[in-house]
Amino acid sequence: MKVRVHVSLKPGVLDPQGRAVHHALEGLGFAGVHEVRVGRTIELEADEGTSDALLTEMCEKLLANTVIENYRIERVAA
Amino acid sequence: MSWRAAVVTFPGSNCDRDMAVALERVSGTLAIRVWHGDAELPERLDFIALPGGFSYGDYLRSGAMAAVSPIMRAVAAAAGRGVPVLGVCNGFQVLTEARLLPGALLRNAGQTFVCRDVRLRVETSQSLFTASYSAGQEITIPVAHHDGNYFADEATLDRLEGEGRVAFRYLTGCNGSRRDIAGVLNAAGNVLGMMPHPERAVDPAHGGTDGLTLFESALGALVGA
Repeated sequence: MKVRVHVSLKPGVLDPQGRAVHHALEGLGFAGVHEVRVGRTIELEADEGTSDALLTEMCEKLLANTVIENYRIERVAA
Repeated sequence: MSWRAAVVTFPGSNCDRDMAVALERVSGTLAIRVWHGDAELPERLDFIALPGGFSYGDYLRSGAMAAVSPIMRAVAAAAGRGVPVLGVCNGFQVLTEARLLPGALLRNAGQTFVCRDVRLRVETSQSLFTASYSAGQEITIPVAHHDGNYFADEATLDRLEGEGRVAFRYLTGCNGSRRDIAGVLNAAGNVLGMMPHPERAVDPAHGGTDGLTLFESALGALVGA
């Protein structure tokens, strides 16, 4: 089964990359964007029936740094 | 007496030799080189250094892959026993990712790689790494990093300050770090992480020798023990 882990910086954590992308969008003439935050998507091809607990452990131990990042686990329908 | 100091090399470390040279300069003893894939450290170590560089190409997050490499389990165990552990630059990132130190190192606020001498204030002389400095002393040590922007929540920052665990602070800012923190200690005081490179300030030819004092402090702590 396919699992997507969406990792994003926590609110309040400065995202210089997002800020630079925001400036670049403005430079291209895209007005009306108020903030840009850049995250990361990690796709896992895992055993069928991999438990939520195991996926959560993977996120906590490696895929996200919970000091600065939030994560969301999404099971993708085949 | 011989000082048994080890330098861990990860794939992508690039300051490991400089670190070994600095340790050898103060102690007169060859540093032991350890590979990230080793499951065990040499016995009876007096000091462990995690050097700067770009371990695992900074994949996922700076220091994240190195933090889960086999040798780090042994480093964590040694730190738990009270062995002094110094992480510089990428080594600091590895220590935070391994949760041996609080907080995290974010991308520099200015987005650019910062490579220059910085002025630091030594915030405490009550640690084995800083005992030979005086509290409040101003020193010059080079930095070279892209992800040195120290972050921790306010409660953690207050605790670090209250417990005297901020070891070094940038005098004029550097990378956006919360409260200009350049280096922090663990609760027991035997683990220090810092972005500036003391091993690059140990010879007059480096432009300064303010880093030497850090290694002399650590060696002195051992001799005094």
